[in-house]
Amino acid sequence: MTQLSKVAEVVTTRSPQAPGRPPARKHRRRTATRIWRARSLYIMLALPLLWFATYRYGPMYGLIVAFKDYNLGLGILGSPWADPWYKYFEQFFTSQYFTQLLTNTFLISLYKIVWGTSTSILLALLLNECRLSWLRRWVQTLSYMPHFLSWVIIFGIALALLSPSTGLVNRWIEELGGTPIGFLTSTEWFRTVLVASDAWKDLGWGAIIYLAAIVGIDPGLYEAARVDGAGRLRQIWHITLPGIRNVIILLFVLKLGSLLEAGFEHVYVFYNVQVYPVADIIDTWVFRTGLEDLNFSLAAAVGMFKSLVGLSLVLLANRLARRWDGQLW
Amino acid sequence: MVSTREDRVVNAVVYTALVLVGVISVFPLLFVVSASLTPYSEILRNGGYVVIPRSITLDAYQQLLSEPKIPRALMVTTFITVVGTALNMVLSVLMAYPLSRKDLPGRSFFLLAILFTMLFNAGIIPTYLVVKATGLLDTVWAMIIPNAIWVFNVLVLKTFFERLPDEIVDSARIDGAGEFTILLRIILPLSTPVLLTIGLFYAVGHWNEFLQAVLYVRVEELQPLQVVVRELLTRSQSAENIDTALPTVTLQMAAIVIAAIPMIVVYPFIQKHFQKGVMLGSIKG
Repeated sequence: MTQLSKVAEVVTTRSPQAPGRPPARKHRRRTATRIWRARSLYIMLALPLLWFATYRYGPMYGLIVAFKDYNLGLGILGSPWADPWYKYFEQFFTSQYFTQLLTNTFLISLYKIVWGTSTSILLALLLNECRLSWLRRWVQTLSYMPHFLSWVIIFGIALALLSPSTGLVNRWIEELGGTPIGFLTSTEWFRTVLVASDAWKDLGWGAIIYLAAIVGIDPGLYEAARVDGAGRLRQIWHITLPGIRNVIILLFVLKLGSLLEAGFEHVYVFYNVQVYPVADIIDTWVFRTGLEDLNFSLAAAVGMFKSLVGLSLVLLANRLARRWDGQLW
Repeated sequence: MVSTREDRVVNAVVYTALVLVGVISVFPLLFVVSASLTPYSEILRNGGYVVIPRSITLDAYQQLLSEPKIPRALMVTTFITVVGTALNMVLSVLMAYPLSRKDLPGRSFFLLAILFTMLFNAGIIPTYLVVKATGLLDTVWAMIIPNAIWVFNVLVLKTFFERLPDEIVDSARIDGAGEFTILLRIILPLSTPVLLTIGLFYAVGHWNEFLQAVLYVRVEELQPLQVVVRELLTRSQSAENIDTALPTVTLQMAAIVIAAIPMIVVYPFIQKHFQKGVMLGSIKG
């Protein structure tokens, strides 16, 4: 192996100097040398790339089941093509659940973005105004914690607080003379529960990035404002908020790019049959249709529709974001 | 600095609001802990759960841990967390290091190929078919392999590696070190903070594993903790066990605490690293 590599190096490093060779060939030789030199790097990449090819690009091949009458027994290749090829897409677009799924996905996602963003910005402002560093540290530590809890745990917490029979909130309602509310089974309340639990989970975590943006503001601006007689509130309004405006807009636009991601695991863990009309999102519906009712082709078609719209949204969002001098990565 | 009236008012509002945020963040979890410790007699006397019970009992925990279900799920989850995180780290480093080298031929092609998977995802069903085709269905590996690399973490690692001075790698190469030696002996020891950070993110992800288990694993013996706890939570009140002196809700609360405890115990120690991780992620790759 090492001998071979030496030979290769000698051959390839000498050849560019050989007179009379066409430049294209020279270039190819040099590329070959560079590739040969980087062989250890390619060996490192082999396993991860194999994984990407299988588990990220493999499913893209699997997308053809959306155009077939897929049958588990016959497999992807053996199953007959759907007639017409857009059969399952048409079935989805003309079905009654099309509007419902899209509305639910869109609303849950949008509410989450709006409430999550605004509460996090508010917390960042509060933390920035806090003059007691121990209090700030404590609140930060405590408010980041829920981010690391799973949705199952948060669902359990929601049950403990909101269950109609034993939930703490309902006991308080009863003590105040009201009647208990089945928050988790009521179509009126369910989305509120989803949005509130999401905002609770990421309240502190979401504030980190805004806080970092605030720290980056030139302290001279505050100094100047104080000299001009601006109080704390006017400093927040005229310096802090404008100072992080770009970050707020950028993050908001990027989040809009993932508008179709309403939180599969979140909804799946929280929902139940009673609230399907307001809670069923594209992902949960695809899961039930494909893996429970075994209607793979229809589910794959709906999933593909979601992925394509999602891709366009991300690209659109990234283009918009560039205007505010930011990029996706 | 002279404190004006406005200053004092703003301070009062800010401190009150922050204390409230702190309370809102921990109170729900504390209430769950207290409910899990409440003896039946207390519930009967108060007509339900209260925030601070007068006496406590560990009965619910004893019962949960004496049934085979929760201990088995704990084993599965521990296995996924340890083995899964190890695999995540190996694959992520093997991917990030070559991509951090600007002299790698085809670098931009590979980068584009992995970035594209962040933008476009084939979806639940085609991924399920691949997992099935590769024989992972109903094995513990179905919860480890299909999500073995998070592109985001690879990008964080790659950015970190790129910022290490080139001279280090160059001088090692002059001394005759191969790429694997450079990676193991030089790059990785210099990267402990970032490795720790993304390792923790991966580990938390595995401990909270739920979705892949629901999608790919139907075997009861292989269900991880989150799935078992969720099942316990949706168990209806009517299924209450007569021969135990414990209400279902108390058991449910204890199950939540068991699932959350490692997070809560480890969290204060690792909090700083996580925060660093967020800032690392905001650096453009």
